[in-house]
Amino acid sequence: MSNKRRVPLCAIVGIGEMAPKRFTEGATTLGMIAEVAKLAIQDAGLEKEAIDGLLVGPQVGETPQHVPATVAEYLGIQPKMGNVVDLGGSTGAGMLWRAAAAINFGMCETVLCVLANTRERDKLPPRSPNRNPIREFDVPFGASGANTSYALLKQRHMAEFSSTQEEFALIAHWARKNAQLNEKAIFYGKPASVLDVLNSPMIVDPLHLYEIVMPVAGGAAFIVTSAKAARSKGTPPVYLLGAGEKITHRAVSQSPSLTTTPFKYAISAALDQANVDIQEMDLLSLYDCYTSVVAVTLEDAGLCLPGKFGTWMKEHSFGYDGDWPLNTHGGQLGYGQPDLAGGMSHIIEAVRQLRHEANGRQIPNARLGLVTGNGATLSEVTALVLGAESC
Amino acid sequence: MLDKFNNLKVPGPTMTLISKPFWDAVAKHEFQLQKCSDCHKWVFYPRGHCPECWSDNLIWEIASGKGRLKTWSVVHKPGHSGWDEVTPYAIGLIELEEGPTMMSHLLIESDEDLIIDLPFEVSYMKCNDVWLPFFKKQIS
Repeated sequence: MSNKRRVPLCAIVGIGEMAPKRFTEGATTLGMIAEVAKLAIQDAGLEKEAIDGLLVGPQVGETPQHVPATVAEYLGIQPKMGNVVDLGGSTGAGMLWRAAAAINFGMCETVLCVLANTRERDKLPPRSPNRNPIREFDVPFGASGANTSYALLKQRHMAEFSSTQEEFALIAHWARKNAQLNEKAIFYGKPASVLDVLNSPMIVDPLHLYEIVMPVAGGAAFIVTSAKAARSKGTPPVYLLGAGEKITHRAVSQSPSLTTTPFKYAISAALDQANVDIQEMDLLSLYDCYTSVVAVTLEDAGLCLPGKFGTWMKEHSFGYDGDWPLNTHGGQLGYGQPDLAGGMSHIIEAVRQLRHEANGRQIPNARLGLVTGNGATLSEVTALVLGAESC
Repeated sequence: MLDKFNNLKVPGPTMTLISKPFWDAVAKHEFQLQKCSDCHKWVFYPRGHCPECWSDNLIWEIASGKGRLKTWSVVHKPGHSGWDEVTPYAIGLIELEEGPTMMSHLLIESDEDLIIDLPFEVSYMKCNDVWLPFFKKQIS
């Protein structure tokens, strides 16, 4: 292993996270962005004036256009690089290598990546005005929303590989179990056994309620600098060692495969770039909007044969003290899904673990972590390899 | 059965000039798809350009209206409340004989005997005053 040369691409030097909650009252997205950005810049030990790059997500509601300018103005910063990253649940992960690219090109030195969302009681979140062709060719048949698309993928997996409901329920069980060590998690104090998952209401067959993320309000942010600049700062940096990304389709009907995903490319590309093997990972921080997404990610990562995630999972343990720590913050299935910031929670937890600051759930000697992000219906995905300074 | 769907207050197709021939044909109980005159691939959903070769030389042709089931789901809690009255109902992905795959509503009594590759065929249904290409099992 000693002859491997990992080239740090950039480093995360600060993180911020708001505890997710079911509803906000009178909060604005911009206000929540400011709150979480402040937490991240404080964590980095920097002043806001240091921020000269800004990556934000698309905002369908309050600020549909000119999002970077609106956020910069609100925060009172004047970045030299601003952009919207629009990759659904993969937006947070997609931001990290884009920040690195902008820094390495010399556009800026310190990038704020930030996502937040409000959620008002009895008020539907705003919807994009034009969602064609899904609006035209899925919705009229009774297939509205993400649940139906993910149910179709899970059903295909079960029909093709004879995977069982019990195997999928195991993923939700572990998420809830790990969430018991995260006071911020929406399901803190609410563990769920495999039987509880199987007994939860069937929403869209074969998906049970406990296999589906709970939508919440929240926010997350991280600060990125060059690896060189990171070394001079006080906070222990966490390095981006490799990234891979792939987009294959939008609507589930147009997916090139129903059982393998663009993760197959993205994870292998990220590992190759980092020059590490999947077996070296100390943490798997895998995007989990539904149980079935974790299942196919494990398979596409090469940890087990296609269709065999269940057998593999029964042979391993997924807590912080297990042999394959997986989503130690509870994953989104245990933590809740604050819209796009839900995807970013997988990065925040990886940083905590690699900084050895995961109080009460610290993975011993954590050095390397795999983070994944997934948007639409396993349509647009990003994989990241993160490493502690000691690498 | 017809009234069951026709009385639903559910969102219909948001057609464009490009997709209008598809829906016009469906209204006449005809199943038409685009075909690329250059690479000869069938195309669905309707587009201005062939996704295979980027030719804009697409023509409408009568298609078989037959295909095979790739996967399915029984919806208990619909994403749109207009569908609540007819729950549980089934949707599925149909791989059409011509190649492309489409989402549709499955007209079935039970999902117990559904398997991958089960043959299905188009069955026109009026839903909130618009004819839609639902699918039913092919009669063997």
